[in-house]
Amino acid sequence: MADVTVGIVVFPGSNCDHDTEYAVASFPGVRPLMLWHNEHDLKDCDAVILPGGFSYGDYLRCGSIARFSPIMREVIEFAGKGRPVLGICNGFQVLVESGLLEGALIRNAGRKFVCRQSTISVINSDTMFTGAYSTGEVLRVPVAHGEGNYYASPETIDSLESNGQVVFRYTDAEGNATPEANFNGSLNNIAGIINRQGNVLGLMPHPERASEPLLGSGDGRRLFESLFSCLTGS
Amino acid sequence: MAFKAKIKVTLRPSILDVQGKAAQHALENLGYSSVESIRIGKYMEVTIGEEARADAERVCTEICQKLLSNPVMEDFSFELEPVN
Repeated sequence: MADVTVGIVVFPGSNCDHDTEYAVASFPGVRPLMLWHNEHDLKDCDAVILPGGFSYGDYLRCGSIARFSPIMREVIEFAGKGRPVLGICNGFQVLVESGLLEGALIRNAGRKFVCRQSTISVINSDTMFTGAYSTGEVLRVPVAHGEGNYYASPETIDSLESNGQVVFRYTDAEGNATPEANFNGSLNNIAGIINRQGNVLGLMPHPERASEPLLGSGDGRRLFESLFSCLTGS
Repeated sequence: MAFKAKIKVTLRPSILDVQGKAAQHALENLGYSSVESIRIGKYMEVTIGEEARADAERVCTEICQKLLSNPVMEDFSFELEPVN
């Protein structure tokens, strides 16, 4: 693999930055680079990851303050050029607050913070983040969030669905999008979406916490693998 | 001259307010059966150092749209009071 540099943005309150760094660094030829939120330079990164956590203590709304961090200006510009940006959990919340992805993530319908293994299905494997999966495949990936209930207007939901922008859905182990599997109340069981251009993905589950079997599941690993092989053309 | 903006940010009616629901259930348990619904929002006080009311109003609208509320899920309203 040719050398690939992946920027991982660290906001005050990020707490999955080092897990993400660990997962990224486990790929040969891929170098994680931590980027402090106050920086103005993405330093020639080939991709940017906004990790999970509680940026700025989730003050005001989850992700709303992080969205105005100095580095987010660069991230928005980077995304605008079609370069890959991945937002995991709080990173997904930052992406919807910044307008790079549509909709909003509101309080879980059951009011509780949910921290457990979830099952999600790959709805669209034809993206730069999911090429190593097959459509319909069921993955076991942990979730840990209090505000992951995906909401958007009916028009937005229709356009996401008809354009193949729904990438992951909460399902049971057989791949059925049941109400029981939809523990946070997301519209259409949505767990992850991609932008229209196909270069910005946000998801609530944590693929970096499922990046090797020792962690209980290695199912998240291929998300990183998909992206990195896309970047190296291998 | 400055203005104090009293800003209210509320969840849009179409959004399920789980906090409000929880508080309503608690009131039911306390015996307040006439409480029909609760919607919980945010109240903010912002001092804006502008001379003219129109300018304070413009600034207040902008900050509500950009940061203090998320138009996907929230509505906002405000009142301006002159302060010295």
